Amino acid sequence: MTVPADAEPIRVFLVDDHGLFRSGVRAELDRAVPDVTVVGEAGSVGEAVAAIRHLRPDVVLLDVHMPDGGGAEVLRQLRPELPEVVFLALSVSDAAEDVISVIRAGARGYVTKTISGRELADAVRRVRAGDAVFSPRLAGFVLDVFSDRPGAAPPGDPELDLLTRRERDVLRLLARGYAYKEIAGELFISVKTVETHVSSVLRKTQLSNRYELSRWASDRRLV
Amino acid sequence: MPVARTAPATPPLARRRSGRFVAGVAGGVADHLGVNVLWVRTAFVVLAAINWAGVLAYGLLWIFVRQEKVDVVRAPGRAERQQALGLAALGIGAGLAAAALGNSVIGPLGVAAVGAAVVWREADESQRRRWTSSARSGVTGAAAGGRSTVLRVLAGAVFVAVGIGVFLIANLQLGQVQFALLAVLATLLGVAVLTVPWWVRLMRDLGEERRERIVEAERAEIAAHLHDSVLQTLALIQRQPDQPREVLRLARGQERELRHWLYGPTGYGRSGSASGAPALDAGLADAITAAAAEVEDTYSLDVRPVVVGDRPLDDGLRALVLAAREAMVNAAKHAQVGEISVYVEVEPGEVHVFVRDRGVGFDPDAVPEDRHGLVDSVQGRVTRHGGAVRLRSTPGTGTEVHLSMPVDAPAAEPLGPESRTQKEATR
Repeated sequence: MTVPADAEPIRVFLVDDHGLFRSGVRAELDRAVPDVTVVGEAGSVGEAVAAIRHLRPDVVLLDVHMPDGGGAEVLRQLRPELPEVVFLALSVSDAAEDVISVIRAGARGYVTKTISGRELADAVRRVRAGDAVFSPRLAGFVLDVFSDRPGAAPPGDPELDLLTRRERDVLRLLARGYAYKEIAGELFISVKTVETHVSSVLRKTQLSNRYELSRWASDRRLV
Repeated sequence: MPVARTAPATPPLARRRSGRFVAGVAGGVADHLGVNVLWVRTAFVVLAAINWAGVLAYGLLWIFVRQEKVDVVRAPGRAERQQALGLAALGIGAGLAAAALGNSVIGPLGVAAVGAAVVWREADESQRRRWTSSARSGVTGAAAGGRSTVLRVLAGAVFVAVGIGVFLIANLQLGQVQFALLAVLATLLGVAVLTVPWWVRLMRDLGEERRERIVEAERAEIAAHLHDSVLQTLALIQRQPDQPREVLRLARGQERELRHWLYGPTGYGRSGSASGAPALDAGLADAITAAAAEVEDTYSLDVRPVVVGDRPLDDGLRALVLAAREAMVNAAKHAQVGEISVYVEVEPGEVHVFVRDRGVGFDPDAVPEDRHGLVDSVQGRVTRHGGAVRLRSTPGTGTEVHLSMPVDAPAAEPLGPESRTQKEATR
């Protein structure tokens, strides 16, 4: 699934209601990263849906907060129709319900807006290749949601409602700020295995009915 | 471009404004329950045959359920129109037939009811005009109606008066005084019935005004907070554009404060206590976040703590927080990086803190004896309370300090003064 270095550039589409931020990201990606090109941008849900339908980009960088429904709304309208387009959420908000809502709506990852251009390009490449991207904070949320604190409801579906020990280890290291390669070295597993674990955690976060997850999701009418 | 929002499972009960025949009650109920409007109408007709229950229910729903605010365009076909009118006639007929079999009280009151219906329908119309015109002009258009409205309202009033009058004359034999008294009562009753829509509207307007005032107060509070914090900081930043370090520090501090205000100490938005500064001794998450903020401010770099779980502070945890702070300071001073990762995890029997940087690193065995920042302030603090420190550092790749502190299970204890005083008492 990895893309060779000399392949065509990854076509990225930006969705954010702040024009200033869009031009900043565009400049950073265009300047610093040769294998990523920004093919278009939109400032509202309606514009974004129309333009993404037309342009079919590889990766959409999606703002969580927008006046007319936000990233989750874009995902809801486009996911069923364009399953091959990958969405990566990009936000200043660290509130759990925002992050979880875009992940549950189908985003392949979440990064904060303070991320550097180089790291952002890495994240884009990673989601393009089919992997998931977790910021340390998202890893923290997910660990917290799946933790077995006393008084927590028993898991309804163990397959989806519990993390394996290995997945937990990987998430902990992500939350500690480790890169995938460093996690692989730390746990004596391959980077590919780390990616598999993270993707599996993403799937559980999207599908599990753990109390908090379903509460956040139902707050946003996602389920 | 309008956004096609997915509708909630059941729309709130509201009377239809378009595609209605009497007051849109049946249509509204059908929308709410998600069934065909024909079934609802039939149900009202059947109920109408039972002592006018259907008519009464219809009238009550008319009064208490408000019209939908948005004009949804519905174009009922001719067949449905005829069907609905037929059903309405059938309902009244069924009611009258049932009444004729019993006593004859219902007949004249039925006439009064029809009159009231005509007047209320006009009120619905004027309400609708008010909404559409207030969207345009704002003030005018409340009373605008025209001659046909006046005629219809008058006709309705006459119906009500005749109905009540016939009812009184037909059913009671009374003396002069009693008759006069009853006439006054009947007039009052008639006026009350006719003005129901205006009373209801008055009540609703009052409620709405109160709601708007509350929203306004909330907005004012947010504006005040933003003014005190964000605007002040922006002003400060504009005044010293030539000092990037100071600008960075201001921006970071402001971002952190706003985040705390919006999402609470851990950024999870769960604790809800978004008012003011973090309380001293509030909990582990608060304390770690405060320590990280302090280091961030002092050394002008990014410290982003990720906290999983929380518990009240005790002596051991306070020492742990201080040690973690010291580890952050060390990283800020020596690692030559712009970012430090801090991860805190509360487990049932133990609390772990990881402080990590991707800086220059060092060889732990080669630290000279006289430099005991890490040894004394970190190791000493933690081990005194039964905790442990593990240090890992490689020159070139960075340093990670792992602090752990045993705590009593269970961890999900509520934050309260009792737990703390108990700890101090056993000391």
